[in-house]
Amino acid sequence: MSNLVAVLERQLDLSPELRRVVSASVTLGAVVGVFGIVFGVGAVSAGGSVLQACVMSLLVFTGASQFTAVSVIDGGGTTGSAISSSMLLAARNGVYGLTMARHLEGSVARRLIAAQLTIDESTAMATAQTDRRSRSAAFWITGLSVYLFWNLGTLIGAIAGSSLNPETYGLDAALPAGFVAMVAPHFFTPNGRLAGVIGGLICLVTIPFVPVGLSILCAGVAVLVGVRRP
Amino acid sequence: MSEISWMLVLVLAAGAYVFKVLGLVVIGAHKLPDVVDRCLILIPAALITALVVKDTFSVGQELVLDARALGVGAATAAAWRRAPLVVVIVIGAAVTAAARAIS
Repeated sequence: MSNLVAVLERQLDLSPELRRVVSASVTLGAVVGVFGIVFGVGAVSAGGSVLQACVMSLLVFTGASQFTAVSVIDGGGTTGSAISSSMLLAARNGVYGLTMARHLEGSVARRLIAAQLTIDESTAMATAQTDRRSRSAAFWITGLSVYLFWNLGTLIGAIAGSSLNPETYGLDAALPAGFVAMVAPHFFTPNGRLAGVIGGLICLVTIPFVPVGLSILCAGVAVLVGVRRP
Repeated sequence: MSEISWMLVLVLAAGAYVFKVLGLVVIGAHKLPDVVDRCLILIPAALITALVVKDTFSVGQELVLDARALGVGAATAAAWRRAPLVVVIVIGAAVTAAARAIS
């Protein structure tokens, strides 16, 4: 992996600053690829075909929403509740777009492509940079690298998943474990922590009483914590 | 019980892209009221935590306590200590598998 990064960097003859961005972005992409494998396995074990899993990753391309849809269906939820919970999560990419619009330049066509790459990782990596040029570079390199690895991982997982019992390897717990890692940074802010705890409790309390998947949507009420100033 | 249909795949694809375009291209650098911003930013915290609860403690509409609770508990401890993503996932899966093998 690091060899590949080194070769890429030499080829592109980058400044040290950009070189750092490239290493971090490609490494992050590879990590997300592992997640892609978990998604591929999950989609197939929830009854999807290899093609459906791959088309989902190519077109939807926002991990948490894809996982949510698959997990709701797998738990016996309806298509309607899978779509609504998944879309509630997808709404945050719109928020990321608002942030990124200040840092990205270019034509409408370029922005329409950038939109597809506006996700957790690309936004997080871009906003961690200090100057405009690095921000834009970090956004594009991270977005493209995550896109590549996420789809590659999905393909591998979907093919492997057909011949795999996920419970034997604890893969059914890999998903919530991955979610834990994704949500952890949010728990380091006071409002994030409060919204997380309330959301989790709402979900726990509503599970026995509402159709599968709807408890996730109910937890969305917890975002009203934001009315309070941090 | 429903299944993963092409309708589901395509609605998700269209919906996800609409949100992305809405933020980056349509609204763009226009400013939303602060209070809306503050609420929207909390969506991942609330919803992802809810997903963790659902995937760990339920089967369908039933609340259960099984090997997954141990695995996800261990994963939470790892995430709390800021372990990398892959490490957290591997710990979650391995502890769950081990707990199942023993019981």
